[in-house]
Order: sequence, then C-alpha cells, then structure tokens
Amino acid sequence: MSNQSFDINAKLGKSWKKPPLVQQKWLRWTLLTGFLVYLVLAYWSIDVNWARVYVGLERGQKFILAFTDPDFTSRSADIWEGITESIVMTVASSVVGIAISIPIALGAARNVAPLPVYLVCRGIIAISRALQEIIVAILLVAIFGFGPLAGFLTLSFATIGFLAKLLAEDIESMDRVQAEAIKASGARWAQWINYGVQPQVMPRLIGLSVYRLDINFRESAILGLVGAGGIGATLNTAFDRYEYGTAAAILLIIIVLVMALEYLSGAVRARVQ
Amino acid sequence: MMPTQDLAGSKIWQRRSGRESLFHWILWLLGIAIFAYCWQQISAATTWFFVWDAPRIADDIWTRATPPKWEYITQLGKPIWDTFNIATLGTIFALILAVPVAFLAARNTTPSRLFIRPVALLIIVSTRSINSLIWALLLIAIIGPGVFSGVVAIAIRSIGFCAKLLYEAIEEIDATQVEAISATGASRWQVMAYGIVPQVLPAFAGIAVFRWDINIRESTVLGLVGAGGIGLQLSSSLNVLAWPQVSLILLVILVAVVISEWVSAKVRGAII
Amino acid sequence: MLRLEKLAKTYKTGDQALQAVDIEIPESQVLALIGPSGAGKSTLIRCINRLVEPTSGKVYLGDTELTRLSSGGLRRERRRMGMIFQEYALVERLTVMENVLSGRLGYVGFWRSFMRKFPQSDVDEAFRLLDRVDLAHMADKRADELSGGQRQRIGICRALIQNPALLLVDEPTASLDPKTSRQIMRLICELCRERRLAAIINIHDVALAQMFVQRVIGLRLGSVEFDGPPSGLTPEVLTSIYGEEDWEATIETVDDDDVATQ
Repeated sequence: MSNQSFDINAKLGKSWKKPPLVQQKWLRWTLLTGFLVYLVLAYWSIDVNWARVYVGLERGQKFILAFTDPDFTSRSADIWEGITESIVMTVASSVVGIAISIPIALGAARNVAPLPVYLVCRGIIAISRALQEIIVAILLVAIFGFGPLAGFLTLSFATIGFLAKLLAEDIESMDRVQAEAIKASGARWAQWINYGVQPQVMPRLIGLSVYRLDINFRESAILGLVGAGGIGATLNTAFDRYEYGTAAAILLIIIVLVMALEYLSGAVRARVQ
Repeated sequence: MMPTQDLAGSKIWQRRSGRESLFHWILWLLGIAIFAYCWQQISAATTWFFVWDAPRIADDIWTRATPPKWEYITQLGKPIWDTFNIATLGTIFALILAVPVAFLAARNTTPSRLFIRPVALLIIVSTRSINSLIWALLLIAIIGPGVFSGVVAIAIRSIGFCAKLLYEAIEEIDATQVEAISATGASRWQVMAYGIVPQVLPAFAGIAVFRWDINIRESTVLGLVGAGGIGLQLSSSLNVLAWPQVSLILLVILVAVVISEWVSAKVRGAII
Repeated sequence: MLRLEKLAKTYKTGDQALQAVDIEIPESQVLALIGPSGAGKSTLIRCINRLVEPTSGKVYLGDTELTRLSSGGLRRERRRMGMIFQEYALVERLTVMENVLSGRLGYVGFWRSFMRKFPQSDVDEAFRLLDRVDLAHMADKRADELSGGQRQRIGICRALIQNPALLLVDEPTASLDPKTSRQIMRLICELCRERRLAAIINIHDVALAQMFVQRVIGLRLGSVEFDGPPSGLTPEVLTSIYGEEDWEATIETVDDDDVATQ
C-alpha cells in the first residue's frame, strides 16, 4: 500500500480537537463576539414592556380558549361576505394572472425570445417580485378606490412575477432536441411553441398554477387590512373590538381552506407529474 | 355563444375523442362560468366612476410623489434598524422552535407516529397558513403595539415554514449512515448527534437564510398594523398623504429587499 | 461464540427472508456467507445485532441471548459487534477522525461525545488504527473527500475501535474495483487474525470468498444450503445455491495472482 511518511508517535498522547468551521482564529472570535454584541444591542433597542406583556398573557389565554369555542354565528353575515369576496378575488386574479404570465414567461425565456423582448419581460418579473402584495395593494387602493378590484389587480400582478419566473426557468431548461425536431419540420413560430414547447412545460404550468391559487388565497386574507377587499377587513374589525370568538372562527376557516387547497394542489401535482 | 368559439380556438389537443372530449369541453365551460361569476361579483363591488378616473389620480400621485423627499432619510435610521431586528430575531426564535417540531414531525425521527406526529403537523399547518400580518394583528391585541409584537409575529409565522422544509430534509437523509451509528451501540441521542444532525445541517443553514430573506420583506410592512419597523413610517406618511416621504420609504424598502435577496442567494450558493 | 437457533425473519410485506437458520461460529473463525441476491444474507447479519428485528428464533453471543435484551442491554452488546457496510456508511459530513471515534459512542456519555471530548486512550487508539490502515494523515479530512477504498478502510477502523469480539461485514467489496476489493478483504482477514476476531463476511464474489476464508455458508431462499470449507464449493454445490450456470470459470480464478498486488 501507499507509503505516506507520517509519524504516528507525534500524535499519540496528544489531545485531538475537531477542526473548527472557520479556520482563522481572529475571524472566528470576531464573528462570535459580533453576533453576541448584536443580540445585546438588538434586545436593548426592542425595549420590551414586560409588564404589558404580562397583562397581555391573560388576554392571550382568552384568545387561545376562544379556539375551543369559536363564534361562527354572531357575525356570520360579515364572515360569509368576506370569505366569498376572498375566494372570488383569488379565483379571478389567478385566472387573469396565469393568462398574462404565459406570454411573459415565453418572452422571459432566453431560448425562445429575442433579446429585447427578453429584457422587457425580465424587467416586468423583477418589478413584480420586488414589490410586496400589501404595498401594491396600498397604491392600487389609492388609485382605484376601496374594494375588491384593487385586491384583484394586486394578486394578478403578484401572480405574474411568481408564475412567469418559474415557468420561464422551466422553458429554459427544457429538452432542446424535442423542440428542434418540431422546428426542423418547418413549423411556424406559434406551431413550434404549440408542439415543441408546450407539451414539455404543461405539467409544470398546471402544478405551479394550483400552487399559486393556494398562495393567492392566503394573501387575499390580508389585503382587507388596507381596504382591498376580502376577509381581512372583517378580521381586523374583530381584533379591534376584542371579539376573540369571531376572530378564532375566521382564522379556523382560513386554516381549513388553506389545508383543503394544499391538499388539492398536492393531489393535482401528483397527477400531472 | 362566444365562449365556445374561444374554446375551440384555444383547445389544445385535437386527438381526444368522444366522451373525453366532451368532458374537457364541459370542464372548460364550467371554468369560464366560474370566472364570469367572479368577475361579475368584483365588478358589482366596484365604484366604476373612480376606476375611470384612475389614470388622472395615478398621474396626480406620481407628480406629488416625485421627487422623493431625500432629507427624510435621516429619520429612517432607527426604523430600518428595527425592521432588520424584527426579521433577524424573529428568524432566530423561529429556528429554535422549528427544530424540535421538525424532529417530531419527521417520520424517521418522531417518537410516536400516531400521537406526536399529528400534533407537530398541526403546529406546522396552522402557523404556516396564517400570514405574519394577521399574527401581528393578533399579538398587538394581546401584548400591545411595538417591535416585540413584530418579532413574535415573524417568529410564529416562520416556525411552520422552517419546520416543514426541515422535516422534509430529515426524511430524505441516508438511512445507512444512521444504521451504522446505531450498530456501534450508540444511544438514541448519540445517533441523533452523529448520524442525523450532520446530514441535515446544510439544509438547515439554507432554510435559515432563505427564511431570513423572506422575513426582511415581511417585516417591512408589519408597521402598517403597528408592529414596528419602517412600515410604521409608511403608514403615518400615508395617513397625512405625504407622498414624497412615501416614495422615499418605498425606495428604501425596495433596496432592502434587493440587498437581502442578494445576501441570501450568495450565502446559499456558498453552502451548496 | 455466536450461535443462531432457528432464526427466522418474515417482513411485513410477507417476504420470508430467513427460515429457521441454525449456525454456530467458534472463536476467531472467519466465515463467508454467499448466496444469490435476495437469499437473506443482509437480513441474517442485521438480525444478529438487531438492526432488523428477527421474527422468531434466538441469537446467542457468548452466553448472552441477544434476542431477549432490552434496548439498553442491546446497546451494551452491540459494542462487542463491529459492523462494516457495503456503501461504507460513513457519516459523510463528519471528519475521518470523528467517524472513527464514533465507534466509541457506546462507551462514552452523550455530552462527552457531543463536545467531541473522547478519552485520550480512545484518541490514541484511533490514531493507531488509522496508521495501521495508512490513513493517519487524513484524520482531519471530511469523509466525503476520500476514495471508495479509503472510506472502507475508515469503516473498518470504526468497527475495530469498538474493541469487538465479532465483526459483521455486509458486502464489503460490492462498491469497489477488483484490486481494491482484494486489498480490503485481505486487510479484514489480517486484522481478524491479529486480534483473534470472529467474522461473518457477507459476499457475492465466490472467488474472493474462497481466497480468504476458512469456512463458507451458502444461503438460498433464506435457508442454509451449504456449510463447509471453501474447497467444498464444487460446481454441483454452486448450482444448488445459485442455479444452473457454467461454474468452471468462476472456480478457475482462484489462483494466487494477487501476490503481485502486494
């Protein structure tokens, strides 16, 4: 076997330590003390009012207990209206968002689109991803007024950033040979997309769409906080009035619907893939 | 019947036949009907007068908001620091709580599949499906407004997210490495420390940075409901319609989001 | 020293992996277990240290009945049985030294092992073993930086540092090239001789088994089909274990050309 010159006697009797993650000693200590100093500073600046927290614990307990006895009835009309509005916004914005995402995804895939189109589409995606739903919603409420239209537009816009990006990545990583074979048969651009590209990315498109539907519903639950429609407004009112029973009921409905949607999206994705 | 014509035009596969074709046809029709209903609902709840006026309003807001009030940045130092703290401390707390939950939820490490695993999964689902803004609302009602509510809201929201990704990573580990450690006569905790933890550590680090990036985004808006951070300034500027301040704050948030995404991508690239 | 009595295992799927196997192994005997895939070789080895729970039957290590032990007692007895795996089963993100020292886990408490504070004698022994397999200079490398043969040598060190009386070896050469396979087999057998260990080596390469061991057991469909010296493996015997095939070529390769590799 190999003859490594290694003096075993130099090692015997000496203690052994695991080599540290960060090799340089000074860097290791700087990182560690820096982290501790940060924690202390951060804790100081938070300035927790423990007396207030202590008082709050009782209310917290009341709220947790409310989950065992949620109040679906006393504000049932408000809850029902809010939930349907959330669902309506979710469905409409998912449909429109997906419909717009597809051409943008094609434009944002370097192997399908020419450079100028690519840059424009990537720009749209970047803007949509950088702006959060709630901020977009604030601006759209300011422009279009209160109501579900602002929420619908917000979610559609957010869907574009999410779906178009992932779909474009999928198109870029597809099998080139299959697509080229279609092109070689003399197909026009639209035919090429239809026969060469679409079959390859269709399962992923369906999977992502259902997933996005799920996300849109979750987001629609908060848009009401800024006046963009949906269940959020009802929830906000319930908290403001300390109506924990109603709040618990709304949260339970949201959790159940999210679970159902997650199950649905899991089932759909398992089927198409 | 306009929809059916659209349908024929955008129908994807011509090779379906008979009942299958009919089934798809009905599915499309149903989908379009649902969408039409939803649209009609939204339309009914909208004041269209405002919508037609929208371009003018947008233009008006734009002229008021530009240029941003640059000198206002001096007052944003503390809110930015608060926002950073909410995200970072929230992530740290969430990770501390998510680790045990993940080990209890993973099929190969849970002490009891029948009793404990469902409880852990329930924790994951319920914390995950509620947005951090709603958690913040709830916490403000309980422990009062302030940065602390924001930290706790972010922490709770992140538990489910981190625990879910982590328990999936735990379920994917190489079982023979664990077997080898058990075969030496190691105790349950030793098997955990030597066989399982080293295998999930990279995933853990990736999840931590990934969630921190998301939390920076989320903590910028928590102030809208009173849970501290730069969102508080955004909210008060909006209330007094100080559009030049609003535009500056939005710019700052945009920069923060871009930086955190860049940091997170770099760190994750270094780990993998 | 090791005695299996009517050991049987039926998996939940209904597969009868082992049916009433009786084997007795004396002190410091190296035994090869051969047989086609699915004959129950792996299950047999794992039933001995109860990584797989046997359905029925008994396993005695010395005077201790392993099959009756509680989990604490089983852990203590597992220390006396070193195990070597097919895909090395090193914890890839730990260093070589940590992997070797993990063989001592049964002897040290949780906190000491967690803080990597093993007794000095363990550390010295780990270095001696690593030196014995020519890998002491790799001690602080991560396990996934090593080649297959090197990893298997680390796996051997991990089993030996337990100070076992018995080695359970599961397909040690299945993932290695022919030359490294021989080196590894030779190393295992040498170490067993040096330390007077008994070993069960589960191996599918009949020629390799014949070259190194004193006794061969052939398994077929979960029961013992052959038990005897390597020279007893005639074409008829191999046919009864594996099924019809031309065995002359397989047996022919058992000449001592491996002297060249030394």
